[in-house]
Amino acid sequence: MLEIKDLHVSVDDKAILKGIDLTVKPGEIHAIMGPNGSGKSTLAQVLAGREGYRVTQGSLRYLDSDLPPFSPEARARAGIFLAFQYPIEIPGVANAQFLRSALNSQRGYRGEPELDAFDFLEFVKGRLAMLEIDDSFLYRSLNEGFSGGEKKRNEILQMAVLEPRLAILDETDSGLDIDALKVVARGVNALRAPDRAIILVTHYQRLLEYIVPDRVHVLAEGRIVRSGDRDLALELEAKGYGWLNLRNNCEEPFIP
Amino acid sequence: MDNLELQRHLDTEYRWGFVTDIEQDTLPMGLDEDVVRLISAKKGEPAFMLDWRLKAYRHWLTMTEPTWSSVRYPAIDYQTLHYYSAPKTRDSGPKSLAEVDPELLRTYEKLGIPLAERGALAGVAVDAVFDSVSVATTFKDKLEQLGILFCPFSEAVIKYPELVQQYLGSVVPYTDNFFASLNSAVFSDGSFVYVPKGVRCPMELSTYFRINARNTGQFERTLIIADEGGYVSYLEGCTAPTRDENQLHAAVVELVALQDARIKYSTVQNWYPGDAEGRGGIYNFVTKRGDCRGERAHISWTQVETGSAITWKYPSCILRGDHSVGEFYSVALTNHHQQADTGTKMIHIGRDTRSTIVSKGIAAGYGSNAYRGLVKVLATAEGARNHTQCDSLLMSPTSAAHTFPYIEVRNPGAIVEHEATTSRIGEDQLFYLQSRGLDEEEAVNLIVNGFCKEVFKELPMEFAVEAQKLLAVSLEGAVG
Ligand SMILES: Nc1ncnc2c1ncn2[C@@H]1O[C@H](COP(=O)(O)OP(=O)(O)O)[C@@H](O)[C@H]1O
Ligand SMILES: [Mg+2]
Repeated sequence: MLEIKDLHVSVDDKAILKGIDLTVKPGEIHAIMGPNGSGKSTLAQVLAGREGYRVTQGSLRYLDSDLPPFSPEARARAGIFLAFQYPIEIPGVANAQFLRSALNSQRGYRGEPELDAFDFLEFVKGRLAMLEIDDSFLYRSLNEGFSGGEKKRNEILQMAVLEPRLAILDETDSGLDIDALKVVARGVNALRAPDRAIILVTHYQRLLEYIVPDRVHVLAEGRIVRSGDRDLALELEAKGYGWLNLRNNCEEPFIP
Repeated sequence: MDNLELQRHLDTEYRWGFVTDIEQDTLPMGLDEDVVRLISAKKGEPAFMLDWRLKAYRHWLTMTEPTWSSVRYPAIDYQTLHYYSAPKTRDSGPKSLAEVDPELLRTYEKLGIPLAERGALAGVAVDAVFDSVSVATTFKDKLEQLGILFCPFSEAVIKYPELVQQYLGSVVPYTDNFFASLNSAVFSDGSFVYVPKGVRCPMELSTYFRINARNTGQFERTLIIADEGGYVSYLEGCTAPTRDENQLHAAVVELVALQDARIKYSTVQNWYPGDAEGRGGIYNFVTKRGDCRGERAHISWTQVETGSAITWKYPSCILRGDHSVGEFYSVALTNHHQQADTGTKMIHIGRDTRSTIVSKGIAAGYGSNAYRGLVKVLATAEGARNHTQCDSLLMSPTSAAHTFPYIEVRNPGAIVEHEATTSRIGEDQLFYLQSRGLDEEEAVNLIVNGFCKEVFKELPMEFAVEAQKLLAVSLEGAVG
């Protein structure tokens, strides 16, 4: 589904990702961990097509295409979804209006009929119930004045409505209390399907108690320095990143 | 953002720019007392009206164009304009729709304003003003049953001279300002509304202004009176053909709300804005003022200004009656080389008067957008309160927004609050929305509509939808 080979990415001519290899197959959940500033969000943004994030080397394939030429909206319509680490506020735009525009825009692109206001409301209320998010979310302005936790929940709601094929969650679990964490877990587990894949960028292994990943990768200084199964997350939690001895190894690719 | 690609969208054409081919009765160019007399004669006006026009004309001769605003334009030669142009019909005004030239009806249909009374705008009574004269007023009979008078101004002068004489110029005197004086001398038509005591007008009243003829100034005059306890919601829309030369539009609107009366006046202004290089477009110099003449009177102005090369207008409220309320909600958009200097004046005279100002300025391309507002609280206005919110949204590095709030408070107990923000349309906002599948146009529209929401919610439903569409068209690709 996603095949990343020797990916190098620069932002403002500064090399940030320095040779990432990552293959995600349909049905899989991958966790990406790593210290602050290691390039996790950069990887997430480059997948979503953020302008200014330049691929300088290597390849990035999604389904049957090379991703780089495609606009963010084209990627979204092809099923890529990014839950932002820092969701953006759009004042005055009701959440419901935004969700319906986004969903209909994607449906239109796939040749599916648009949902009218009534069908949409029924559909979105089902999603809210499933996630146990309050209906009042729909009528508030998009992320405006939301608390950190509400913003993260809203990202999960968007994911549940848009039903992407590849979802990337960038530290959606950071700073959440246990109830909000469960919302994230419910969203991810509900999305889990044989033809979908999920990448969880996370700091803590806490989320991985609710969502069992197929693979865990450690990103440091722009490279994946170690990959393993969920035990790697537990080990990291117990021993900390220091255990990986990153400083001494950052110049050479780490052999996992 | 890829500027070139975006610029490509910028050149969307003005969709209302066609010219109607119709026989016109036009006075020769130029302005002198004879022209004023001729206009008055053509309308068969009573003597008081001609007197008033002549006084206005003579006063106008002593005045000079105001230069205090931020708009810049080449000098206007008032002798090269036509001051009267009307579609040739049998006589002065239309008696019924059947008498209206079918070509005119087609024009309004093209503009999406069906004048047939069973048309799509059911529930909205329309007065259509083509160049200088009113061509059709719908639902007139139905309104008359309630005692509501809604007719072309020229008809009101003849049918209801006492009302006109009592109220004309009582809010905007003929000496008010250069453009208002000019209008007072040469105005040719407009709408007149009178809502009697205790009557709530059951439908929106609407005037649709269309400039068609070349080199013709348009000077409409609207007078709306809501008698004690009356209510009316009034809507004004306007378009003009695409022409290379600039055209002058200098209108006056006077509103009078007596005790417990309420007038809601909404404008969707879409005069031809000129082309991408700033050629052509309407010069829109408008004086609009409402007088809350009785206790608890309430006047709201809502405007969506997307058209015109130059917009110079300050719909204002005189809060004379105790507990009276004035409101001004405005969205002004300038793209390409458009200039807008718009805002309001809230004059607090009565006790416990309240005013609210919400101004949303959007500047794209090389557009320049200024809010200019005065909140004046006189010593008599015990307990007066004002809240002003001015927000500007810049869509391009070459656009400009300015805020000029003037505050004069003579009563120490008054509460006057002013908030202002300026923001740029954020790349992170666009990316966020695009990453959900919206294309750039959709994302921009969503952000802009969100920005204008507080104003749009003041518009009657169908016009809010219209205003949103208009904004979308005016902004196509305007992010850079
Ligand atoms: N827009 C940017 N311009 C320049 N440097 C950036 C930008 N975004 C991130 N960086 C830098 O790239 C590195 C990786 O950042 P990021 O991907 O956000 O890391 P993480 O998400 O793992 O904390 C950091 O050194 C950060 O300072
Ligand atoms: Mg990050």
